[in-house]
Amino acid sequence: MTIETTVPGTLLLIAIMTIVTLITRFGGIFLMSFVTINPRVEGFINAMASSVLIAILAPMAVEGDIGARLALGTTAVLMLAFRKPLPAIAAGIIAAAAGRYFT
Amino acid sequence: MSTTVYPYRLEPAKVRSEFFRLLPISFFVVAFGMAFGLAAVQKGLAPLEATLMSVMVFAGASQFATLEMWGTEVAVLPMMAVVFAINSRHLLMGASLYPMLRELPPGQRYGISLVLTDANWAVAAQDYQQGKRNLEVIMGGGLVLWIAWLIGTLSGVYFGRLLQNPQSLGLDMVLGCFLLAMALGGKKTPRVLVAWAVAATAAMMAYWWMPPHTHVVVGALAGGVVGFFWLDKKHS
Repeated sequence: MTIETTVPGTLLLIAIMTIVTLITRFGGIFLMSFVTINPRVEGFINAMASSVLIAILAPMAVEGDIGARLALGTTAVLMLAFRKPLPAIAAGIIAAAAGRYFT
Repeated sequence: MSTTVYPYRLEPAKVRSEFFRLLPISFFVVAFGMAFGLAAVQKGLAPLEATLMSVMVFAGASQFATLEMWGTEVAVLPMMAVVFAINSRHLLMGASLYPMLRELPPGQRYGISLVLTDANWAVAAQDYQQGKRNLEVIMGGGLVLWIAWLIGTLSGVYFGRLLQNPQSLGLDMVLGCFLLAMALGGKKTPRVLVAWAVAATAAMMAYWWMPPHTHVVVGALAGGVVGFFWLDKKHS
């Protein structure tokens, strides 16, 4: 099934995207209301939480260009050394821009 | 649950302070919104259509991916599949906040999750790991990020050419660096590090060998399984 991108068609497509995205925003919360939270479930949840971040970042680091790797490397080193997020993030972005400028 | 006591009260003052806490990162979100607005009009969306999409969907990666499928016609089921796959991480993000969210009345619980996105969730999740209950950042931080995404898209459709190549400025790495800083700011016990190694390995295997956009969910669930079997001592 396809929808033509006329004005009504585009509005319909945006409505469909909105509903699908809302299902993802509400769905996890809704499904958890049927789960009893015991220590194992809590262990699963808290390990999963930071693993989401790692799973987003892994392909950026492994498959990314030199700029992406420099950015993540710089942020990691500064964050571990000083534990100040904003300077670490800013330095990472500058490292990405510099890396791409010089390659 | 038969008892309907909701002990969590969102504090307006804290919602405001979390709004301003995420203001710096929101400036970068404006830049990304501009890149989206420009790409959208180049694909044939009208300025207001592109802006409406950002207002309603508020999920950048999936919006960019949809543009790749945009033409005179759009195939509906593939578009739904891509949007769902990219945004399925929200399912896990919402679930991970449930121990706090269940203490809010349902209206507020689902209301604040309207603006649930990577950056404000990362702050809330890390605060929770450190024993701080912070749903105010979902609301206040989510609002500032949403406003930034809206302003960015709107300016992108009109002035996007000023920002033709956000990659050359490193702007595509803002979210990556932010999420990495959040992850490294949290606990780094052997248990967490093993979960991360498993998550990264599973994510890469999914990235290479499974359908596109499944790697975040696969990696996160794999990390969660480690946490299920290896409990923190203080929890036992």
